[in-house]
Amino acid sequence: MSDTRTEVAIVGVGLHPFGRHDASLTGMAMGAQAGRLALADAGVSWADIGYAVGGSNVSGKPDTLVGVLGLTGVPFVNVRNGCATGGVALATAANAIRAGETDLALVVGFDKHARGAFAASPADYGHANWYGETGLMVTTQFFAMKDRRYLHTHGLKDRLLAQVAAKAFRCGELNPAAWRRTALSEDEIMRARVINPPLTQYMLCSPSEGAAAVVLARADRAADLCERPVRLAAVAKRTRRFGSFEVFAPWLPPEAGPSPSVFAARAVFEASGLSPADVQVAQLQDTDSGAEIYHMAETGLCEDGAQQALIDLNETAPTGRLPVNTDGGCLANGEPVGASGLRQVIEVVLQLQGRAGARQVPDGPRVGFTHVYGAPGISACTVLTSAT
Amino acid sequence: MSAVDPALFSSLDPPRLAGSRCASCGTVTFPAQAGCAKCTGTDLTRVELADRGTLWTWTVQAFEPKAPYRAPDSGFVPYGVGYVDLGDVIVESRLVGDPAGFEIGMAMRLTLLPLWSGPDDAPVVSYAFEPTGAVL
Repeated sequence: MSDTRTEVAIVGVGLHPFGRHDASLTGMAMGAQAGRLALADAGVSWADIGYAVGGSNVSGKPDTLVGVLGLTGVPFVNVRNGCATGGVALATAANAIRAGETDLALVVGFDKHARGAFAASPADYGHANWYGETGLMVTTQFFAMKDRRYLHTHGLKDRLLAQVAAKAFRCGELNPAAWRRTALSEDEIMRARVINPPLTQYMLCSPSEGAAAVVLARADRAADLCERPVRLAAVAKRTRRFGSFEVFAPWLPPEAGPSPSVFAARAVFEASGLSPADVQVAQLQDTDSGAEIYHMAETGLCEDGAQQALIDLNETAPTGRLPVNTDGGCLANGEPVGASGLRQVIEVVLQLQGRAGARQVPDGPRVGFTHVYGAPGISACTVLTSAT
Repeated sequence: MSAVDPALFSSLDPPRLAGSRCASCGTVTFPAQAGCAKCTGTDLTRVELADRGTLWTWTVQAFEPKAPYRAPDSGFVPYGVGYVDLGDVIVESRLVGDPAGFEIGMAMRLTLLPLWSGPDDAPVVSYAFEPTGAVL
């Protein structure tokens, strides 16, 4: 039997809806709101929290939140790992519980990005200035080029990119918290403004604003705090290895190697004692619709090339055999980088608790999976299981 | 004419790119770097890269990137971007030519890409690859 004193459960969740909000609403204010919602959902107060971890890419130092949540003296760690921030923050808090530092932790992520594509500084990623000046340092270029190479290698059609986006907006339509809530046809998506071919504007997620928070508890306390706690069966994070095709890479070796998502997913399944075949609902990094396609394979949820048949049969919809990004994912919610990974976790928690409303996966799913991927080649994954 | 970053080139005329090769494992990097990403070795020597290769993947940059991107003096126009397989390394590059003709696997050759005018009105250049037009 597993030891409930070293196991971790999620006992409360809080989301400040993603999207575009009033200019005066700061990222940090959204973070405080999400944090309070998560505390209320768990039925605990900020003063009960013995450890906090916060993530934000551009909207300030998360530990500043103690000024508005209350100066309780709580240890508070800041995380800034790009798109993987949420997963890394969750792992950090879970480890604090496992190490016996606390039995109750808050994890919060927030961001408020400027409109348009992300701007990146070459120096931040170890590049000289020419790389940015000559127009090679644009994240969406990488998404388009990885997609094209993947589709080409595995004999998949460009239209699959539109099919994935159409599914995302159908899910967004069913999710009251989503940013983009209007369904679009595949043809509308294919004919939309080209950003980086083969990607059109609706196949790419937009930087947005929002916040997400979860309360973690040591498993032996979880039942007292939550009617249907969700067990954090495992969490794993990895950086890239040699040979993976990464964003912001001026060169690649000819010998291709697996991406960090492959290693993070393998590690999380091994630690959880479950396999990809056990997953009943998954949230995958879908910064663009191609990313959802190859991340299905990189995380082991399907074979390379099998996506065409799965998606043609609508198996990745909430009612399908392998529901993916049931809340509309990044495509329908946009990406406030610090909050995005926690949004995924919240969606899986709601699904496992049967609280996902119109997008609820039928028949009470009991095993969920989340995956984030970010620059410059990092990934974090979780396996979440129904604890009751 | 001057290079946007002299470290990229072993020569401008004819254009040749400079990389580095690891003495322990043979890994080739671009641009040259001080440590080997594969074997962690630190004995890397500067090498000249092949000026021909094949297109590995590509896209078009259809919107003007934010700074530090610097548009040409005459303003932004969409441009091709790709990775070109040179045999012992695959390099990311601006692409010259009509994207309608770009195809994975097509033969490419190195060329110079004028970027903008320098302080003395002389062009500042970077590198690009263009289709050779040769039938494979």
